Amino acid sequence: MNPSNPAAAPAAVTVSAGPGYSFAYLDAGTKRMIRRAILKAIAIPGYQVPFAAREMPMPYGWGTGGVQVTAAILGAADVLKVIDQGADDTTNAVSIRRFFTATAGIATTTRTAEASVIQTRHRIPEAPLVEGQVLVYQVPIPEPLRFLEPRETETRQLHALAEYGLMHVKLYEDIARHGHIATTYAYPVEVAGRYVMDPSPTPKFDNPKMDDCPALQLFGAGREKRIYAIPPYTRVRSLDFEDHPFRVQSFDRPCALCGAEGVYLDEVVLDDAGGRMFVCSDTDHCESRLGESCLGETRRADGQTGEAA
Amino acid sequence: MAHRLAPGFADPVHEGQAVFRAAMEALSRPGRIRPLVTALAPPGPLTPELAALALALTDADTPVWLDAPLRADPAVAGFLRFHTGAPLVAAPAEAAFALIADPAHCPPFTDFAQGTPAYPDASATLILAVDTLSDEAGPGFTGPGFAGQVFAGPGIRGTARLDAGPLPADWAARWAANHAGFPLGIDCLFVAPGRLAGLPRSARPVGAEASPGSEALPCT
Repeated sequence: MNPSNPAAAPAAVTVSAGPGYSFAYLDAGTKRMIRRAILKAIAIPGYQVPFAAREMPMPYGWGTGGVQVTAAILGAADVLKVIDQGADDTTNAVSIRRFFTATAGIATTTRTAEASVIQTRHRIPEAPLVEGQVLVYQVPIPEPLRFLEPRETETRQLHALAEYGLMHVKLYEDIARHGHIATTYAYPVEVAGRYVMDPSPTPKFDNPKMDDCPALQLFGAGREKRIYAIPPYTRVRSLDFEDHPFRVQSFDRPCALCGAEGVYLDEVVLDDAGGRMFVCSDTDHCESRLGESCLGETRRADGQTGEAA
Repeated sequence: MAHRLAPGFADPVHEGQAVFRAAMEALSRPGRIRPLVTALAPPGPLTPELAALALALTDADTPVWLDAPLRADPAVAGFLRFHTGAPLVAAPAEAAFALIADPAHCPPFTDFAQGTPAYPDASATLILAVDTLSDEAGPGFTGPGFAGQVFAGPGIRGTARLDAGPLPADWAARWAANHAGFPLGIDCLFVAPGRLAGLPRSARPVGAEASPGSEALPCT
């Protein structure tokens, strides 16, 4: 992350594809197989469609599922943004962006508003998504019931029967032990009133953004070989109880760099003496605000003038 | 039988991608008309739009069922076999995709694979070439088929309105039953010259604007 120089963020860089690759790496037959899985996933919101995930030139856990979904939908006119925990400039995001630049020759961007396809690891951008955008999630464990019931044959039956009592027991045990629902990420959601779904390990702060979202949301799990989807404008409800309603995290201070409130913040340790600051997890959001001269406490302390919004 | 084999996509990678994206957009926004432009000139009753979706989505892994007019012209089977390699099956229940050039005589949905409770994705996708396909308000199409049919559900902001036909007279009732079986059921792609619309099983019929015969169905 390099928040001190927002002007350095590249906007819409185009590089021609290297020789010897199929467009976007995958062969035509694999793309058709993934595309058919995506269409069924859209038709059955929240249901995990099995697909024949390929080995990709990156290790499991680095987004092989998301990369395959992105490769299957990507066209020459698409503009791709990739984020890792909200950041455009961390290893995973940079390497996946370069992968598609090299294999598809498409334009990439760090600006949420300019992107037509956004691949994400564990965050939803702060800027509202719009119609026509596709958000592709990298998913490690697609099965929300997996840690409650290890057998795939059983979890499949539980989904078939819409039997989600186990999940409510898990949330209840949170309350019994901690006094509140202590699940803070991968917080289970119910999609369109039917399937309970793992939203991937996004902070629960992002769950409300999935509800009634104008963009199409696709989820790819490479190692587990599952694809699922939330169509646009679909009801996504975070599971809760009447007396313990779902709540998102709140922060008691704004972003130290740009002064943003109501956004998800990362803690940054500054020294060995306990110094720390909290900054926007979404680097594009932070840099956009800095470009608009919105300054947080650290910037104002530097003697610059500005106003925290 | 001597005939020249019509060519497939000139640029299979990008044309296939564009057709898939149109289908993806159509299914994720049920009832909304999307452009579907193709330069294909397939033989006989196979329309360019049916051919484009077949070439983009089917291959050796996907059994395809053809309706009577498509089956009657051997050039259609030759075109599809050469360009997709998809096995053409006689029984609708075995098909992953059904190509239907005469939608007014579409077999009952229950003839097609519905999926199973554990694997609802193992179900058929019907691709129907209709004459009328519109999402614009107003009178006009009076059926038989979807005449001002209104839908709600995932992918739809508020409600969506669709005219599509000609389709069997009991089409609205068929669709209501198909939706009531969610998560089982079939999904439809309607194509007409230059455009398509999608209707996944999640689309809930909530009545019709134009045809007084249709009844509003309870929300499920």
